[in-house]
Amino acid sequence: MLKIQNLSKTYADGTQALRDISLEIGAGTIAAVIGGSGCGKTTLLRLIAGLDQPTHGGIRVGAEAISAPHPAVGIVFQEPRLFPWLDVAANTGFGLRHLSRRERNSRATETLARVGLADHVGRWPRELSGGQQQRVSIARALVAEPKVALLDEPFSALDAFTRASLHDHLLTLWSEFRPTIVMVTHDVEEAVALGDRVVVMSPRPGRVYEEIDIGLGRPRDRLSDAFEAAKRRVHKSLSESLADPNAPRRQTVATGAALWW
Amino acid sequence: MTVTDALSARQAKTAEHAGAAASGASLLARHWKRLLGLVLPIALALGWEAAVASGLVAGRLMPAPSRIWATLYTLAQTGELWTHVSATMARVMAGFAIGAVAGTAIGALTGASEFARRLLDPTLQALRAVPSIAWVPLFILWLGIFEASKLALIGLGVFFPIYLGVAGAIMSVDRKLVEVGRVFRLSRPALALRVLLPAVLPAWVIALRSGLGLGFMFVVAAEFMGASEGLGYLLVDGQQLGKPDQILAAIITFAVLGKLSDTILLAVTRPLLTWQDTTRSRL
Repeated sequence: MLKIQNLSKTYADGTQALRDISLEIGAGTIAAVIGGSGCGKTTLLRLIAGLDQPTHGGIRVGAEAISAPHPAVGIVFQEPRLFPWLDVAANTGFGLRHLSRRERNSRATETLARVGLADHVGRWPRELSGGQQQRVSIARALVAEPKVALLDEPFSALDAFTRASLHDHLLTLWSEFRPTIVMVTHDVEEAVALGDRVVVMSPRPGRVYEEIDIGLGRPRDRLSDAFEAAKRRVHKSLSESLADPNAPRRQTVATGAALWW
Repeated sequence: MTVTDALSARQAKTAEHAGAAASGASLLARHWKRLLGLVLPIALALGWEAAVASGLVAGRLMPAPSRIWATLYTLAQTGELWTHVSATMARVMAGFAIGAVAGTAIGALTGASEFARRLLDPTLQALRAVPSIAWVPLFILWLGIFEASKLALIGLGVFFPIYLGVAGAIMSVDRKLVEVGRVFRLSRPALALRVLLPAVLPAWVIALRSGLGLGFMFVVAAEFMGASEGLGYLLVDGQQLGKPDQILAAIITFAVLGKLSDTILLAVTRPLLTWQDTTRSRL
């Protein structure tokens, strides 16, 4: 379980990026964080990853406080950030240095196979398309089986087809060992397609405006009425958060029950 | 597999087919291109040879290619050429080694540590502005007229391009890749070994190549300072005794040695850089 308590972040130049964020995300839950630009989504992820230090508040994964990069937390960045001098397998196994070469390779190959890259194990990153590179990046973050996986708009640079297939690949990997996933996105469809819960944030400073339980099972039919209704719900909350950011609601709204008819 | 993946796979296949079909023709084309580079020097040499043979020009100060070749051949036969080449190459290699090690070490230091950069870089940049030849009198006073002063001069000339290249390369390593190293909790030495070192290798090889070029430049200056053997000595000797064929023979030897050592350096470093997305041969 990922527990974020009263998290605030003020940058050295005085900009307040986050104010008093509190979230509890249960083990194995996929949470999608959505919000207008400047609402501190990326800052929030960087804090959870331990790459930056919060000004106030704390982050815990299970019993452990996070203040620096931690083995229980993995992150996928907006860009693939693969090492161009390592082949696909070595990139994937980059964080498995403690294992023997053979085990590292077999774990990397196994994970790559789950994201459909079994044939690309020995290739250079430059030989892959953008979508393939991002899959390697996801495999690299998840091969070590972290308790929490953070994804920072990982599909934003990709076309709609590639994006939808990557959603499936991500869910395949997730279902293997069910990590908690916190995924930042600016795409409502993506948030509803993947999230068990959608966290809507409001900008300047970044706060939690509303948490919405999606309440849909998996796999999800993107053409169903329930899916459309959930999307509308998120869209509505998002536009309210931008229109009136000073009135955060924060309460969890269960839309699932309301969607059955 | 997604639609786009299937598409890109198909594109790769068609490209492969096209490549296979073209490889026979391109082999010829490549050789033809290489031979093209020889057309101009051969034409010039033949033209000059004809001009001298027909008595159109005297050829006293600019001897005919056949005479230069004969001189080179004689020098090689008596073993003199080997003496001079090995003396020059030993100086270049020793000076290059000194300059390359120092340039790489200090460049890595100032690239990696801001403190070291603020402490050392201004002084080094000021020293770089001094033409290296200006140190010659001082080196002779300090180190004498024999090998030590020559190696110091060559080493100094090699040092600066390598220092600049390495320091610049380390400072421009992609911050985002370094961050990936942080995410995986690499220690500082591990970060240097697994992220910084491979990231700066391409720039390092380029710096080494320009350093090697300068090494050849400064070996001549060093041998002008007074040497009893070496290609630079052959040049001075040819000037003083009025033997232009010997001067040209030494110049041609320099051209061959310089190109040869650059090719060797490239071949030795090639395995380190197979991952690069560029055609390095164009550099």
